[in-house]
Amino acid sequence: MEAVRDRSELLGAAAAAEASQLTRQRRRWAWIFVLPMLAVLAAVAGWPLVRTIYFAFTDAHLADMQDWAVVGLENFRLLAADADWWTSVLNTVRFTVLSVAIETVLGTIIALTLNAHLPGRGLLRAAVLIPWAIPTVVSAQMWNWMYNDLYGVLNHVFLALGLVEGPLAWTANPDLALTAVVLVDVWKTTPFMTLLILAALQMVPAEIYEAAKVDGVHPLKVFWRITLPLIRPGLMVAIIFRTLDALRIFDLPFILTGNSRATSTMAIYARQQLVEFQDVGYGSAASTFLFVIIGIFTIAYITLGRVRLGAGEA
Amino acid sequence: MSLVNRVAVAVAIAAGALVGRAEAATVSVACGSVGAEYDFCKQGAEAWAKKTGNQVRVVSVPKDSNEQLALYQQLLSQRSSEIDVLRIDVIWPGLLAQNLVDLGKAVPKEVVGQHFPAIIEANTVDGKLVGLPAFTDAGILYYRRDLLEKYGQKVPTTWQELTQAAKVVQEGERKAGNSKIWGYVFQGRAYEGLTCNALEWIDSFGGGTIIDDQGKVDVDNPKAIAAIQLASSWIKDISPEGVLNYAEEEARGAFQSGNAVFMRNWPYAWALSQGPDSPVKGKVGVTALPKGGPDGKNTGTLGGWQWSVNRYSKNTQAAVDLATYLASPAEQKRAALEISLNPTIPALYEDKDILAKNPFLRELLPTFKAAVARPSRQTGARYNQVSNSFWNAVHESLSGQAEPQQSLAQVERVIQRLNRRAAR
Repeated sequence: MEAVRDRSELLGAAAAAEASQLTRQRRRWAWIFVLPMLAVLAAVAGWPLVRTIYFAFTDAHLADMQDWAVVGLENFRLLAADADWWTSVLNTVRFTVLSVAIETVLGTIIALTLNAHLPGRGLLRAAVLIPWAIPTVVSAQMWNWMYNDLYGVLNHVFLALGLVEGPLAWTANPDLALTAVVLVDVWKTTPFMTLLILAALQMVPAEIYEAAKVDGVHPLKVFWRITLPLIRPGLMVAIIFRTLDALRIFDLPFILTGNSRATSTMAIYARQQLVEFQDVGYGSAASTFLFVIIGIFTIAYITLGRVRLGAGEA
Repeated sequence: MSLVNRVAVAVAIAAGALVGRAEAATVSVACGSVGAEYDFCKQGAEAWAKKTGNQVRVVSVPKDSNEQLALYQQLLSQRSSEIDVLRIDVIWPGLLAQNLVDLGKAVPKEVVGQHFPAIIEANTVDGKLVGLPAFTDAGILYYRRDLLEKYGQKVPTTWQELTQAAKVVQEGERKAGNSKIWGYVFQGRAYEGLTCNALEWIDSFGGGTIIDDQGKVDVDNPKAIAAIQLASSWIKDISPEGVLNYAEEEARGAFQSGNAVFMRNWPYAWALSQGPDSPVKGKVGVTALPKGGPDGKNTGTLGGWQWSVNRYSKNTQAAVDLATYLASPAEQKRAALEISLNPTIPALYEDKDILAKNPFLRELLPTFKAAVARPSRQTGARYNQVSNSFWNAVHESLSGQAEPQQSLAQVERVIQRLNRRAAR
């Protein structure tokens, strides 16, 4: 998981190097400066990753890590046959699509608002970041209390407003639990989206808007024809970051609902096998699967993004 | 200074350092964190430190017992000496034995002999005593005496009576304007606690203990199905839907704040319900869990915790001493008086102070003695998986996603598959 992110960083670095056309010497020095970081990354991210992938083909057990045998694809076969695993995959995908979509839309709206010349917008920008600054464990536990069916404030408000007939069991009802998790994630991570989109917005030259204004272009058209195409690279990066993060979501659903099948994600499933069941081989297979999914997704997204960007320029 | 003198000084310094280290060891102890356990255990450990001149470091651990186990397994499999004394659940000895000190060798026989033989037996793995009992547990039924009296209801002896009584009180109270009241709360979250609850339902109906003594899976039977069916009928009727995400403390929260008529919980909830800040103080009664119908039986899942010593501890001597201290009659009496934990020493069940504070102990002694054990011995290292598939199936039945019959049949298949994998 970590390595994917690192690779995208490296790709970015490589592209930057090309673009700025460093001389050969400067390039060599760049490598020398980067080398310590690469070594550290290989040690803390590369090695564990390789080891996890290797264990996925063994029957290793946490109780005795000295004694294991290679079992080939057996773990993956069992994984494919496990209905609980596929429930977790489906939960993860649903969570990712829902949360990233909502966060992108909300983030764009809030960023556009913050980009306008409002009085006190510096303060507003700082305030918007608060949910993101709170550690997930803390905010998840906070929401857990707000979600409580008997004394939770959410039910209290909803009942007072007459929106629901009886108190809802947010985290206990299997049909609601995933929605509850998505809601908390949206609350927590929209600020992150906002920040990245705001950064992209500020790169758009003001002259273009002035020109559009002179020509009397409708504001909506300005958004679709000027703003959106120009912030697309930044938006893409934000969406990729969020998607990668969402695909490996663990803390939020785990704190809200534990190992419940209704919200179990791929990472929760892998952890349960690895840690609770001590099945290092099988759990590693699940982790590897998760890694491959994220890897495929990243490559697909970057490739598609390039094609689309290229088409836009042509 | 002559060479001899110099050597003598060096030896003295070295010896002093060694002795000093042996005398003032820092022992880390992992206490539980449910209810008032943490503070209680911290006081005990600090009293020991003061008495012996050692230092203690109290480590706080997750509330959920599954998470605690996961933490210990991770630490122990890395041979970490981070925690010297740890508290283990009655179902863990089989899982952790190889990483724990054999206390049978380190502790005098008469100390071990004080405890209930059955609990010592449960802590013995392949002749190795891996834990000294701290307290024993069994699920018991808490009820609101005042509310049952108000609506002329008897203390229920069967689950069917409980369902009926809960309905009557709940309806009456709601009419009287108490809209938040519910009939029955228990531990319905998908975790080990649900296994305990569901095992009690099934066993009280005479539906077996998931896996029989011969190791054969026995959960898909008519009595077990009837038990789970009855339990599933409670949700949204006498139990809030939120109970599907309740562990011990959430259930206690509902009951102690006066929002439930009945509660299934462990004995620790008694002392807290009688605390000065408890809204239900003096209104609570305790009894054995109901039978599953007139020909069923009273039962309770055997719980309880033990003090164990990490095999990789750097202060084994001091750690064993602390474990022995924490499991001693004096500490168990203090636990019974202050936080209503059941002693594991028969003599303490005759103790006047304890009986005065926990009047239910004498009446419930037969329940504690006859508590039903979870099938951890039969399943060994695979217990977690068996329990996980069982609680998931029960959780699905309770939440109405599957019929009890289907889900219990599914458990049988999963356990059989696990057994085949283990045999491989």
